[in-house]
Formats: sequence, structure tokens, C-alpha cells
Amino acid sequence: MTQIKLPRHHDQETVGEALRRQGISRRGFLKFCATTASLMALPPAMIPRIAEALENARRPAVIWLSFQECTGCTESLTRSHAPTLEGLIFDAISLDYHHTLQAAAGEAAEAAREESMKENHGNYVLVVDGSIPLGNPGYSTIAGISNVDMLKEAAEGAAAIIAVGSCAAFGGLPQADPNPTGAVSVADIITDKPIINVPGCPPIPVVITGVLAHFLTFGGLPELDELGRPMAFYGQSIHDRCYRRPFYDKGQFAETFDDEGAKKGWCLYKLGCKGPTTYNACAVTKWNDGTSFPIEAGHPCLGCSEPNFWDAGGFYEALSTPTEKIARTAVYAAAAGAAVGVAAGALNAASKKRAISQHQTTTLDDLTPEAK
Amino acid sequence: MNASDWLLWARGPAFEIATIILVMGMVIRFIEILMLGRKKNLAAAKGSAMAGGLRTMVTRSVPEAGVFKRSGFTIITGYIFHIGLFVVIFLLAPHILVFDSVLGLSWPALPTTIVDAFAVVTILALIAVLVNRLNNPVKRYLSGWMDYLVWGLTILPLITGYMAFHRIGFSGPMLLALHIMSVELLMIAFPFTKLSHAFTLFLARFYNGSITGLKGVKS
Amino acid sequence: MNKAPESFPEFDIPVTVAEEFTGNVTPLLHEIRHAVQALLAEGETTTIDMRSMPLAPGEETRIETLLGEGEIRVELNALGRSDIIETRFPGVWLITHRNTEDVILGKHIQISFIPDILKAQQRDIEAGLEQLSSELQTEPVNDSGEKP
Repeated sequence: MTQIKLPRHHDQETVGEALRRQGISRRGFLKFCATTASLMALPPAMIPRIAEALENARRPAVIWLSFQECTGCTESLTRSHAPTLEGLIFDAISLDYHHTLQAAAGEAAEAAREESMKENHGNYVLVVDGSIPLGNPGYSTIAGISNVDMLKEAAEGAAAIIAVGSCAAFGGLPQADPNPTGAVSVADIITDKPIINVPGCPPIPVVITGVLAHFLTFGGLPELDELGRPMAFYGQSIHDRCYRRPFYDKGQFAETFDDEGAKKGWCLYKLGCKGPTTYNACAVTKWNDGTSFPIEAGHPCLGCSEPNFWDAGGFYEALSTPTEKIARTAVYAAAAGAAVGVAAGALNAASKKRAISQHQTTTLDDLTPEAK
Repeated sequence: MNASDWLLWARGPAFEIATIILVMGMVIRFIEILMLGRKKNLAAAKGSAMAGGLRTMVTRSVPEAGVFKRSGFTIITGYIFHIGLFVVIFLLAPHILVFDSVLGLSWPALPTTIVDAFAVVTILALIAVLVNRLNNPVKRYLSGWMDYLVWGLTILPLITGYMAFHRIGFSGPMLLALHIMSVELLMIAFPFTKLSHAFTLFLARFYNGSITGLKGVKS
Repeated sequence: MNKAPESFPEFDIPVTVAEEFTGNVTPLLHEIRHAVQALLAEGETTTIDMRSMPLAPGEETRIETLLGEGEIRVELNALGRSDIIETRFPGVWLITHRNTEDVILGKHIQISFIPDILKAQQRDIEAGLEQLSSELQTEPVNDSGEKP
């Protein structure tokens, strides 16, 4: 786990002190730690360690930049106005800049952002959602500043960057064919800072909070996979944790959305499920606080936490099928082959005729045309 | 390129290229064979060439007693892996979906657990056949690099398919990408190697049968 | 989670639960059994996070029904309601944490003599003592509890 020197916020209050200041008892704090452990997909045995770490952690400054996004990620995270666990995490951090959530607007907001960046230079956590258009910077601007410029400036003083949502992590929907804005991911632009990708369209809210909680507790990056995603939440594929897996293994598939197989909860492979190639926590952590997830609701997984999922051949086409129109290609190839074949056949016949007229003899070499 | 990119390439452009090479190659081969024609037999017909040809297409599937005695092992293991390949390729649900997507045809699948067992047996039979080839001095002498290549290209999809189903060794996208790419390698090799026998065998059997049929000899 | 508005139409969509479960129920019960044995033998406490396992629809309810309810039911009010019940197997406690919106944040099965969270916490006791002491000092009362 990479150790990062984490934020020293200007009021120097620890998370433990901040929670106590809000009148939360030790019992309440333990409940907070227990649910945070669950959030971070850590075993309950880790709770005392988490309690100790949170007791002493400093409140990090967080700047949230929203670029070419649909705000779904922020929506996913902030579903209610009353204090929830997510809300507590946010209270435990110092969210200095966030378009949708902040009260300030216009120049005052930009001034607040610049001040926080200056004051916490090298120590703040930068959260980004939305892709960045490179085709024409004018496609997406904030206060007249292009996304790419704002990202580069903010990244310069950040301790670490969390790219929330598939757009920030991989380019997402804007990057889908034909990518009219030249959208790219955060990692395509920033190459000299640690980046955590938290993909999903949107990501499961507890996953976003879990990553923030990890920062809070351990002050460093969690273990990441080859695509920069935290292993705690993206280490298992949907397929490997799917409760319908026994049906896949036996070969019992739903053919349509409302046939007998679908009603019995059979595997959705034939309906286009991308579970086998998708890494996310949906099958275990689920959505809406553990209510359900797409497969459980009878809909195949879209693969929304993987790169290029919009262009992966169609949501309702099975993983084994080709993504192009092969039948048409085969017909053209056959036609072309026929033309070439006839030409080759004619040439063969001509050379055979010539060989006969020239009384050429057959040698051993002629009988072993294939390489030995 | 990460695993997801490989998978998209395998399911997309790579499949198209493999299809073009396979289809064009086999069509060219077929037309060349047909246009090469057969030597005209000017003797009086003592039997039906057509009947002989059609009959042989089927009867060649059962070897003669004498042939069986000499090459029993090869025939049995050969049948095992050919039947195994047929079951694995044509009776597994995800594969039937591919045929449905390309040809518009679909048929019932076998339970995946049964096909999995067939795959294991097929892999073992292929290994046995290779060991036999290496240990037999005559076969070893007759074998060229292309024979070994074809063996490798045939067993690779079975192994990668088994790995993909049982989730062994690589990430989800990579497992599927490797499997699909191994099939594409096989497809590309078809027109250029003995693998083309899969399409030409019936033609060859027909020719042989019609020659003997014309002579009035049972074949 | 906000409750649906009153005017939302009620849909009568029949929900059928697959008969075949993933089979997580029995292994979990075995795990609980081992934990109880460890508790008796070594006094070892075990906590199982129910949200860390992929459960088929209905399995969570089935587990809770199987565990049932014993002699103790405690309601904890800290950052929202938490229910701690002793199941019908003494020493096996089911803890459900909710937030102030009544949304379930976590479900744990703890095998212990008494769940840690029920014990009064050192720091809270100290804070309470401070509070009590300061109230006694600012408002002197006689033995019958009246101000003189």
C-alpha cells in the first residue's frame, strides 16, 4: 500500500475529535467503525484497528471537480439530506469544492477552490467525475476554464486523485463511438500522480465512500488492480460472486426476459450478461443498501465498470458472439474467393495443359507439396 | 492494450479477418479441386459412379477389419477426439449462440457439465495421439512441423475453453480473449493445412467411391 | 432512502423466488456452530459480516428466520437505531445497524457472551461522570432531591 503524506487541514482536528464534537458517543463511534469496516469490505476483526486509525486521522481537504458527466456519480453518493454514513464521511472530510453540493457559486466558489488548493498544496485529495474533452476545450468549461486546464492545475498540488465513475476512469459514455468531443479519462492526461479509478455507471455509493474511508483511515492508496481499481471492491468478477452461477455451470439459461427460465432465476448469459468479464462489487455489496442488483432483478449485467462497455457489442448480445456482421463478411469473402478460385483454377488448368503438351514428367517433389 | 481491449479486438476485427481467410481460403481450395477435375475413365461403366460415391461417403466412416487391426489405437482415439470436438463445438450453449449470430440457426444444447466432461476426454485423447505419434518411429519420421502445429492449434481452443469456463489463471476478459483468439488461429490455419480435410473429406470419399463404383467394385 | 410518495400506484407484480438457493445458508450455520464451540472452549468472540457474502434473494430472511429470537432484544440509539437480539441460540447475537433514515447500514452475527457494543464504553462513562459531577456542583440538592 503506497504511503502518502496525508492532509494537514488548517484546523488540525482529528476525525475522532470531529465526530465527538458532533455529540457522537463512543458507542456511536464504534458503530461508525463497524459499518465503515463493512464499507471497505474489511473483516470485522479489523474494527479495533479502524477505530484506532480514525481516532487519530486528520481531516483531509477534498476538492471535487465535475467535468463531462451526467452528475449520476454525485447523485449515487448523496441520496439523502439527513446524516447517513456517507454524510458522516463527508463531515469527516473537508469538502472544499463541489459544484452540486456547495452553497457558493460563481467567482466566490472559484476563489474558495483556489484558496483551498493553495493552502493545502501537495496534501489535498482531488476527486474527479466526468470525462475530459480534448477535441475542443470549449466543449466543457467551468468559469471559462477548460476541463483539461483545470484538471492539470488541480492535479499539480494533489496528493492523490480519485477518478469516480466510468467517465473519469475510462472515458465512459462520451468516449463511446464516434467520440465526438475527443473525450479521455483522467489517467490519459495525468501521468505523474497516483490515481485511483472507481468505475461504474454509476459506481455503487458505498464503494465511493469506502475509498474515501480508506484514505481517512489509512492515509494511503488501497491495493489496486491493473486498471487502477481498488481490489477490495473490484477484485472479484460479478460472475465469480453471482448467486445464479450454479445455473451457468449447469447450462440453464433464460432465453427471453419472461420465459420459464427467467422466472426461475436462471443464468442471463444468453440475454447478454457481461458478468464473466466485469469486475465490481454488485453481486456482494449490491445496490440501495443491499437491496438488489441488476442480475437479481432479472436484467443482465451491462459491464459498466469496464472500459469501452458502451461499444462492447451490445448489452443484449451474448459475450461469445462476434461484434461485427460476420454473415455479411462471409458472403463477401465467399464471392471474392469464388472469383480468385476460378482464376486460380484456370491458371492451374493452363499450366497442366502446358505440362502435358511439353511432356513434363512427375517427380517426387511434385508429390510432396506441403512442407515437411 | 489491456485485457478488455484484447477481448474487443478478438470479438471484432480479428473475427472478421479470420472469417475472411477461412471462407476465402476454403472456397478457393474447393474451386481449384473441382476445376482440376478428374481423369476421364473411357472404359464402359460396369456400375454406378454416383451410387458408389455416395455410398463411400458414409461407409468410409467404419474402417475395415484389417485396417482396424493394424491401426486400432489411432482409429479409436481418433474417433474419441473427433466426436469430442463435435460435442464441444456444436453442443455447448455459448457456441450455439455464435452460430445463431452468424448463420441464424439454433439448436438445443447439452448441459454444460456434460460438455465439460467431453472436453476433458478430448484433451486427453489428443495428448494420447501425440504421444503415440512421437513414440512410433514410422509416424515420427513421417511427421513434419505442420503436423505438430495443427495438433497445437486444435488442442489450444480446448484448453483455453476449459480454462475460461473454470476461471483458471487469468482475468475474466483475458480468459475469453485467449479462447476466442485461439479459435481464430485455428480458423486461419484451415485453408493452408491438412485441417481443410474437415471440409474436403466428403469430396475425397466421393471421388474414391465413384471411381470404384464405375468399375462395379464394392468399396 | 425516502419512502415512495403516497400517490404512487401499487403494482401487483408477482415475485417468485428461485427454489434453488446458492447454498450459503448451511455453510454459514456451520460457521456459527464452530464459533460457538470456540466461544465455549476459549472465550473467543467471532463476528460475521452478513453483507460480505453473496446471498440469493430470500436467503438473508431465511437465515434470520432460522436463527429466530431468544430472550433478549435491545434497541440502541446512536447515529440511528440499531437492533441487537439474542437469537434462539444463546451466545449468537444478530446486530442490525440502521442510520437516522432507517436505512440498514450493516448486519452482523456476533458470537460472544455479550456484544461489545452493548457494554458501556470507558470514554462515555468518563464523560458521563464529568457531566454528573458538574450538575451536582452547580445545583446543590438535599437528600430528598429538592433545592434548599
